[in-house]
Amino acid sequence: MKGDVMNAFESEWISIGAVTDIPREGARCVDAGALRVAVFRTAEDDVYAIEDRCPHRGGPLSQGIVHGGCVTCPLHNMVIALDTGEAQGADEGHVTTFRTQVRDGIIFIAASDIASIAQTASAA
Amino acid sequence: MKQKLVVIGNGMAPGRMLEHLIEAAPDAYDVTIFNAEPRVNYDRIMLSPVLSGEKTFDEIVIHGDGWYVERGVTLYKGHKVVAIDRVAKTVTSEHGETVPYDKLVVATGSNPFIIPVPGHDLAGVLSYRDLDDVEAMLLAAQSREKAVVIGGGLLGLEAAAGLKERGMDVTVLHLMPTLMERQLDPSAGYLLQNELQKRGIKVITEAHTARILGEDKVTGVELKDGTVIDASLVVMAVGIRPNVALAKDAGLEVNRGIVCSPAMSTSDPDIFSVGECVEVEGQVYGLVAPLYEMAKVLAGHLSGDVSKAFAHSETPTRLKVTGINLYSAGDFAEGDDREEIVLRDATAGIYKRLVLKNDKIIGIVLYGETADGAWFYDLMKKSTDISEMRDTLIFGSAYKGGAPLDPTAAVAALPLDAEICGCNGICKGTIVEAITSKGLTSLDEVRAHTKASASCGTCTGLVEGLMAATLGDAFNPNAVKPMCGCTDLSHNDVRRLIKAKELKSIPALMQALEWKSSGGCAKCRPALNYYMVCDWPDEYADDYQSRFINERVHANIQKDGTYSVVPRMWGGQTSSAELRAIADCVDKFDIPTVKVTGGQRIDMLGIKKEDLPAVWADLGKAGFVSGHAYAKGLRTVKTCVGTDWCRFGTQDSTGLGVRIEKFMWGSWTPAKVKMAVSGCPRNCAEATCKDVGVICVDSGYEIHFAGAAGLDIKGTEILGNVKTEDEALEHIVAVVQMYREQGHYLERIYKWAKRIGVEEIRRQIMGDADARKAYFDRFVFSQTFAQVDPWDERVSGKDKHEFQPMATLSKLQAAE
Ligand code: SRM
Ligand SMILES: Cc1cc2nc3c(=O)[nH]c(=O)nc-3n(C[C@H](O)[C@H](O)[C@H](O)COP(=O)(O)OP(=O)(O)OC[C@H]3O[C@@H](n4cnc5c(N)ncnc54)[C@H](O)[C@@H]3O)c2cc1C
Ligand code: SF4
Ligand code: FES
Repeated sequence: MKGDVMNAFESEWISIGAVTDIPREGARCVDAGALRVAVFRTAEDDVYAIEDRCPHRGGPLSQGIVHGGCVTCPLHNMVIALDTGEAQGADEGHVTTFRTQVRDGIIFIAASDIASIAQTASAA
Repeated sequence: MKQKLVVIGNGMAPGRMLEHLIEAAPDAYDVTIFNAEPRVNYDRIMLSPVLSGEKTFDEIVIHGDGWYVERGVTLYKGHKVVAIDRVAKTVTSEHGETVPYDKLVVATGSNPFIIPVPGHDLAGVLSYRDLDDVEAMLLAAQSREKAVVIGGGLLGLEAAAGLKERGMDVTVLHLMPTLMERQLDPSAGYLLQNELQKRGIKVITEAHTARILGEDKVTGVELKDGTVIDASLVVMAVGIRPNVALAKDAGLEVNRGIVCSPAMSTSDPDIFSVGECVEVEGQVYGLVAPLYEMAKVLAGHLSGDVSKAFAHSETPTRLKVTGINLYSAGDFAEGDDREEIVLRDATAGIYKRLVLKNDKIIGIVLYGETADGAWFYDLMKKSTDISEMRDTLIFGSAYKGGAPLDPTAAVAALPLDAEICGCNGICKGTIVEAITSKGLTSLDEVRAHTKASASCGTCTGLVEGLMAATLGDAFNPNAVKPMCGCTDLSHNDVRRLIKAKELKSIPALMQALEWKSSGGCAKCRPALNYYMVCDWPDEYADDYQSRFINERVHANIQKDGTYSVVPRMWGGQTSSAELRAIADCVDKFDIPTVKVTGGQRIDMLGIKKEDLPAVWADLGKAGFVSGHAYAKGLRTVKTCVGTDWCRFGTQDSTGLGVRIEKFMWGSWTPAKVKMAVSGCPRNCAEATCKDVGVICVDSGYEIHFAGAAGLDIKGTEILGNVKTEDEALEHIVAVVQMYREQGHYLERIYKWAKRIGVEEIRRQIMGDADARKAYFDRFVFSQTFAQVDPWDERVSGKDKHEFQPMATLSKLQAAE
């Protein structure tokens, strides 16, 4: 399992699917071993990838409502900025973000970002 | 023996007269009213907000049907009186109803004046006087075509603004060089014209209408200079004439109006008159303030207090077009013996002019900024010598030589006898007294107790200022909270504007209502989505990304990110086959917890999101549909065993519960809706703490609503009793639909009922069969789109992406 994950991360950018696979103002998940990445598409078709774990109590951010450049956690309404991963307003907390690129409508995610987290996640 | 009082006409003047009379002498008369209009007493002034979509007709009713019933008043709706026989002392309606009177009140109001140009009787030419006119205009406005309003006075401009708001292309034709010339001086008239033109309303002044064009319906208007303006609707608002024909036929003394003494009696001592049809001391009136004064005087005389007499007074004028502030009173013609003080602020669009004679105010024109109207008016009415404050007078009461005070301080500075509400003649002292002695804290309460701001509403700002000054921090003028940080509009405003502006998508709404954030937030988006689902059931495309996760995936999210699944068990009944299917499903998907809920059904908890469609597929084969345990929608209808088994059961409570649930499942509501039906008052189904509950009794069904047993515990209110199961269903559906249309998002029925008033809900659902039927029909219509099992849809592939990861990285190919 661990070996498989590492193989996929050998080159810099990995394709994970088309922008249109994600509904506007929605999210899909990417499973990477024990790590779950939430990939968001905003109303303007910007794409962001962050860890699918709310800093509050681990809520699945991919299930939240997407508005502007933020997502509201479905469990207790913490609002997270998609670009920085920072909690907004009075809340404090930070979510790991992953670099993405869109080329010809295909989303790529930075392998090195995933690899470092995936390793710690699957080791834990 | 009670005396017989007959009233002809059910307009604003006699309505107010009867209120005073019944309060002073509740048992003195048997009252019968004839009204040519087929409806109850309503606030005619507020037809303009109905036309523009800011209010509904229901909101402007003054006396609902219940009012007449409770007071034993007989109201003949749609009965025009065609004859008064003064010898026999009877009146006869066009439908042949003859009723004797001891005292008669003629309150026939006025008729709109129609200029007798060729074509004035074509279809599509309307006047602006009653609800029928408004409804006809609204129908015409659906075409989004062109409208011409003839007459640039108060009524004409309100009609023009309303039609524009409804999407028509509007041109106003006005005979005089400036608009509202009887109330405004040329400068203010010009500012007003500019403002209207900025809003896209065309204004042609010095326009002489030659004829109205068209074969069998209107196609345009031709002016004397040959100009032709296309139009599919022409509204004539050129003035009114007292409606005196009936009085004249009866031989009463009639001049311009029905001639009355200051005691409101006509030339026949048993016949009285109030309202716009009256002429008293040579004057006729067209605004409600003096008519209400007449009402007070007449009620006094009819109840034995003969001390009252009607006296002439000036009434300030205001235009009820949202966003345009103007105020005028008194005499502002120029003259050698007069001086004036003028303030102009062109950038702020403010113009103020005071006309003085012998150091006293005799005329006031305010445009753009009208908060000081009441203060100036007070100085004018009392003939106060203003020479002392002349230098700063025009800056208003707030300006005491230094920086302007805030508006609250300005109201605080008014004397106690200053008039705040012109329509109802309510002065500051009366309002302050009511606030302090009755402990009033909201505008609605002040309206209910004093009538201030309850007619045309333009003094609302002053009344709020007064509440702030009287109550200090205890009064929050913004008690209507904005929906969320993305807007200043309240839920009410937004719901109203969705309808009025026909907003049918969330982006369109955010654009039209100037949302402050780019894409809304997690608070407003689900609310907006619900409002549109409710208001445009056939046209609106549900925005799934604006729904909370539970409603998006049709299951309840749990704290560990898994989901629970609750299938419907109609009325709490199940069978061995259903239980077996659930058992099989639990085994097959290794579901960790199975629990009987408090809502008489079974919950399966801890299901992985990926497994949901497969779980639903298996449940679906056994006939289960979603229980909507996650929805702001119909949840459960709990029942007891009723007549099927119980020795006390009076009706088939289980059957009715199942019927309601099958009829109403799938509907979306502002907050969750839970119901119950108990077979007798022992109430085993706990119906008296539900959103809607039924207690079966021998004689039928007692319908309850507005209960709660969650964060708050509240027993239900009784809506009313009905005899048959069909009626029970109709009433329940109607009250839920009323709530669907008016509730704020996340507001449970009991909170909505508190806001609207239980009485009002009863009036519409129990007292008004037409309204009830209309609510029922709208619910049924929306169900044709809503009653689709969401689980089945997803088993068939809808929103497939929701339930599968986009990618699993170990299996992916690297790029390049
Ligand atoms: C399952 C159940 C408890 C049980 O095991 O019996 C339950 C479970 C939940 N209730 Fe409840 N309520 C359940 C009956 C009730 C009842 C009793 C009843 O319906 O007769 C009440 C009080 C009655 C009432 O609503 O007035 C009740 C009052 C609440 C409230 C408070 C609502 C309020 O307005 O005061 C909430 C919170 C909310 O909705 O915001 C709530 C919210 C919830 C939620 C949805 C919490 C959440 O948002 O995740 C729970 C979901 C669990 C799940 O995934 O299934 N639940 N909840 C019951 C499901 C009934 C059903 O078959 O659909
Ligand atoms: C659109 C609009 C906006 C207005 N805005 C304002 C405002 O902002 N401020 C203000 O002060 N005033 C305003 N007014 C004027 C105000 O509405 C009237 O002054 C007031 O309603 C007159 O009351 P009334 O009782 O005399 O007559 P009405 O309210 O006209 O009532 C007369 C009733 O008698 C009925 N009737 C007539 N003949 C018979 C018969 N033979 N038998 C039985 N019934 C009969 C009629 O059907 C009618 O229902 C406005 C009017 C309109 C139309
Ligand atoms: S409510 Fe009445 S009829 Fe129903 S179970 Fe209880 S006692 Fe029996
Ligand atoms: S887990 Fe996200 S807000 Fe609580």
